Amino acid sequence: MPADIARRGPFSRANLIGTLLGSYLPLIIAVLVVFLPLLWMVLSSFKKPGEIVTLDLSLLPAGLDPENYRVAMTTVPFGQFFLNSTIVTVVGSSIKVLLAILTAYALVFVRFPFKNAIFVLILVALMVPPQVSILPNYILIAGMGGKNTLWGIILPGLGTAFGTFLLRQHFLTLPASILEAAEIDGAGHWRRLWQVVAPVSLPTIATVALVTVVSEWNEYIWPLIITDKPESMTLPVGLTLLQNSEGNGAGWGIMMAGAVLVILPILVVFAMLQRYIVAGLTQGSVTG
Amino acid sequence: MNHVPRKRRRSARNRRDFFVFLALALPNLALIAVFTYLPLINNVYYSTLNWTLGSASATVVGLQNYVTFFTSPDATKVLGTTAVFTLATVGGSMVLGLLVALALNTGARGTTFARSAVFAPYVLSGVGVGLVWLFIFDPGYGVLSWLLRGLGQQSPQWINDPQLSLAMVIIVYVWKNLGYCAVVFLAGLQSLPTDVLEAAALDGATPFRRFVSVSLPLLSPTTFFLLITTMLSSLQAFDLIRIMTPLGTGTSTLIYESYLQAFGAFNRAGYSAAISVVLFAILLVITVVQLRFVERKVHYS
Repeated sequence: MPADIARRGPFSRANLIGTLLGSYLPLIIAVLVVFLPLLWMVLSSFKKPGEIVTLDLSLLPAGLDPENYRVAMTTVPFGQFFLNSTIVTVVGSSIKVLLAILTAYALVFVRFPFKNAIFVLILVALMVPPQVSILPNYILIAGMGGKNTLWGIILPGLGTAFGTFLLRQHFLTLPASILEAAEIDGAGHWRRLWQVVAPVSLPTIATVALVTVVSEWNEYIWPLIITDKPESMTLPVGLTLLQNSEGNGAGWGIMMAGAVLVILPILVVFAMLQRYIVAGLTQGSVTG
Repeated sequence: MNHVPRKRRRSARNRRDFFVFLALALPNLALIAVFTYLPLINNVYYSTLNWTLGSASATVVGLQNYVTFFTSPDATKVLGTTAVFTLATVGGSMVLGLLVALALNTGARGTTFARSAVFAPYVLSGVGVGLVWLFIFDPGYGVLSWLLRGLGQQSPQWINDPQLSLAMVIIVYVWKNLGYCAVVFLAGLQSLPTDVLEAAALDGATPFRRFVSVSLPLLSPTTFFLLITTMLSSLQAFDLIRIMTPLGTGTSTLIYESYLQAFGAFNRAGYSAAISVVLFAILLVITVVQLRFVERKVHYS
């Protein structure tokens, strides 16, 4: 093959077409299959009902009129949903990441009996599907008065096996020497954690934080069950409400505006920090 | 300091460490105990009750809920739907994921971007994605019906026909998850020993032959890992089913049936818990199989 290319030149038409078909075409198709539906969502979110309820489909909206976004905000309290989602995500993720760091540090660097047994219990918790705990947790939280409250949405998910597991595996790889130096300086566990262990583990902490943020923002089944009043709903649950209120085809533009509001923030975060997110979500394939 | 016996100094430090450990780890461990372990036990208990959600009284009926489920037509329908959904989504995302991984493995310029792009749907809200695709599939005003009209075809009734609803949700689920399979397969492909592949190439094996007889067998740990993880997540798929087929028409898998029974029109809490326990048992068996396999692999290598 190389001789063949040399004879015809690397930029010959045949070779270029071959390269395009062989390696680029499948990639281009794959990327289009991913992006066209999302592009369609954005375009449709700017279309007026008359542009959607028609047999004469136009690809581009007539203008960039944010009318659908305005209607979405007024027919259902979308501003409130957005705020609730933001609070749940920020508060929930911050506490989860903090708990994961503390637990992982304790498991690796603090002397304690039964540490291995505790770690096994965390590993098993990692495999327990959250979906099967929905009914008992509903009964528990509703009994505590947590229905339609933000703390009721946040609390059951706070215990974190995933973050603890990932950080523990990382802490185990840290060289003992960096901690010995701090110990000789007389630093206690608290200072060793925040001045030595955490700063050198920032990429792993970022991975845990980002994966947690993404899953908190997208979380659906639990907020769906524990809220039935719009004031306490998160965005994904609010979208369900929007879907119920719009029976005919005219509502699609508004629903696409809602979909943009729930999808776009995560897409932006992913575009900027995808390296950490992909690493965190595919971690098991490397460790397991 | 120096004349304090070393043993006592050590035990004082151990005692201090004991409390430090509890202070650091107990909040998280308590939360996991209350919201992950306790529900498993409670679920089994609830499954023995004849109990309407929200009602103050419940009667213990033993295994009656399980008997009702397995002897009713529900069982065949729900287990069948679960099997079809799981096999189709696992098979679809793995086969397509592998094809995309092979396309990404050429090392051509732009593959890093393409890799991130195909992974993106995996991190997006299932609710948002479900709505976008529901609009695309809409028989009246969806872009798919417009394309089909252009070809002189009429759009199928994706929403009302139970079998087509199931097909629709499967397609969207595969779209959302194949990027995960692609990225994991790609990592597997890139860690294959190059000398073996080169030797096969020197022996004159065609690329297809090299893939089937060399790459694929060497990839089997990755394939097995993906098979288990995608199977576990398919069995728990909820968001897309809820948003695309709210009544579970044709798409009532175990998880969705359990949700509908407790939180749909019937409020049958005990019956719902019994279905959850059946689902949990299936997930447990798959996890145990995985652990056994991994253990054996570690043992022999």
